[in-house]
Amino acid sequence: MTTLTKDHTNPSTSFGYRARRALGGIAPHLVLLLYAVIVLFPIFMIIINSFKDRKAIFGMPFQFPNAETFSLIGYETVFERATFQIYFTNSIIVTVVALVLTLLIGAMAAFALAEYPFTGNTLLGLYLAIGIMIPIRLGTVGILELMVNFKLVNTLTGLILIYIAQALPLTIFILSQFFRQVPRDLKDAARIDGASEYRIFTLVVPLVRPALGAIGIFTMIPIWNDLWFPLVVAPGAETATVTLGVQQFLGQFVSDWNAVLSSLTLAMVPILIIYLIFSRQLIRSITQGSIK
Amino acid sequence: MEEKQTRKPFPTHILVFLAPAAIIYTLFMVYPLLDSLRLSFFTIGEQNQEIFVGIQNYITLFTDTNYAPRFLGALKNNLAFFAIHMVVQNSIALLLAALLASGIRGSSIYRSVLFLPTVLSVVIIGFIWQLILNPLWGVSESILEAVSLGHLFQPWLGLPETALITVSLISVWQFVGIPMILFFAALIGIPEELLEAARVDGASGWQTFWRIKFPLILPAVGIVAILTFVGNFNAFDLIYTMKGANAGPDFATDIMGTLFYRTFFGQQLQLGNPTMGATVAAMMFLIILTGVLLYIFLWQRRIQEIEM
Repeated sequence: MTTLTKDHTNPSTSFGYRARRALGGIAPHLVLLLYAVIVLFPIFMIIINSFKDRKAIFGMPFQFPNAETFSLIGYETVFERATFQIYFTNSIIVTVVALVLTLLIGAMAAFALAEYPFTGNTLLGLYLAIGIMIPIRLGTVGILELMVNFKLVNTLTGLILIYIAQALPLTIFILSQFFRQVPRDLKDAARIDGASEYRIFTLVVPLVRPALGAIGIFTMIPIWNDLWFPLVVAPGAETATVTLGVQQFLGQFVSDWNAVLSSLTLAMVPILIIYLIFSRQLIRSITQGSIK
Repeated sequence: MEEKQTRKPFPTHILVFLAPAAIIYTLFMVYPLLDSLRLSFFTIGEQNQEIFVGIQNYITLFTDTNYAPRFLGALKNNLAFFAIHMVVQNSIALLLAALLASGIRGSSIYRSVLFLPTVLSVVIIGFIWQLILNPLWGVSESILEAVSLGHLFQPWLGLPETALITVSLISVWQFVGIPMILFFAALIGIPEELLEAARVDGASGWQTFWRIKFPLILPAVGIVAILTFVGNFNAFDLIYTMKGANAGPDFATDIMGTLFYRTFFGQQLQLGNPTMGATVAAMMFLIILTGVLLYIFLWQRRIQEIEM
């Protein structure tokens, strides 16, 4: 394919060439558009049908709700029967607290590993890195036992501690690479001025802020979406997260299509909105992170 | 202000920085994992005491008529689950990434759309597809009819022959964005000079991709393969959401994660068994560890040799 050599001196003008070129330009778009439709269609179907009455959901599933078919009956059921406010509060508490603590604790450890060449540094780094590849779920029997002993079953604290442990290995691994890139001069200058090591840590952390943001998003999504640990260690109604709450609610109301569609929409929309705002940064940081 | 410690080996500030992470990680991740492995060599006695039984639990898992068929079934299904992801998910991801990395207009919008399902919870995805494939609603059937393939429609999720493939493809649908982005990042990282040289030599787009680009993104291929492997052998949420803990119909969708859950917590006719659950988890650990070690010692080493 010589069309890409940008040979401007001899532009080919034959019909076949132009047709092929046009096709070559359109075909990738067709493939990507087709796949985008496959991705968006199921989500779109759930959202538009959640605003219709039952008859219209089955009678004309592909149409937008109109004045005649519009109905909020599903949402009414959901707000009456389900305790979504509690689920959302629980999810927000668990995710935010686990996230903040992971970043703080992880940054501290990563800083120490990157900054001080103490005995056993490499070994400790390796020890902490094992958890990147070994899923924490495999220790569930031990975790549940631990939770029972510490009286942390059916508490948000229990979930938070598990999620911090789950997120720490990758956080420390990535952050320590970023901390290593911070120029020495800056830290040495601060040391000469008599700054403590804690003060130097607070000076250096803002320099790795982009990495903190990226890690924050990676940490947040699996915590928010996790079903396993809420199901295993905090299945109670008081501590259910959105993911578990939706799972249980849908199990009960499986034949009430309005309620099912509405609760799915309710569970999706907050994530979709956040994704709409942050997707570019998220994807850019994965792209850059994986090149490293 | 803190005074600097003079004793060299372990100044307090290093301890302060490291202790919280080391403690939480050790207590809630490493210790439970080791404890689970230990428990797989024990059984719980009548007074709730732990009795050492050696490798009896493993023998039970491999030979007992209650356990062996389920374990081997779950292992087989999990391998199929993994194979479908490797073939379907990662090929589609490579195709999409190649198109996105070709400098196409709107690339970042496409990327955002195609990545979207990965940020939604598996529970939501599971229910969405249950509805879309539901014969009562008939959405999938209508679509197939529109392209005159209506006769192909079947309740795929409910049939033992098709249920596993269907849930695998739904998982593929959700997670294709992750390998796509990893391949994309690797592709745009290829130095322009190399591609320019290929063009000068008259290589076609197809040749350039398979002879130059693909060998250069082999490290990303390895990462995608090991991430897929670990993720698949640790999967649970989707099957549990769509088919329940019994992974029906007739255990057709049972994988290691659902087997672990059932063994640990029990099901209708069988009481939960923590030590047998620990044994299943230990097998999952062995499988995943084998994959990771193969990746690190065979794949990565070969890649490094090639790069040198």
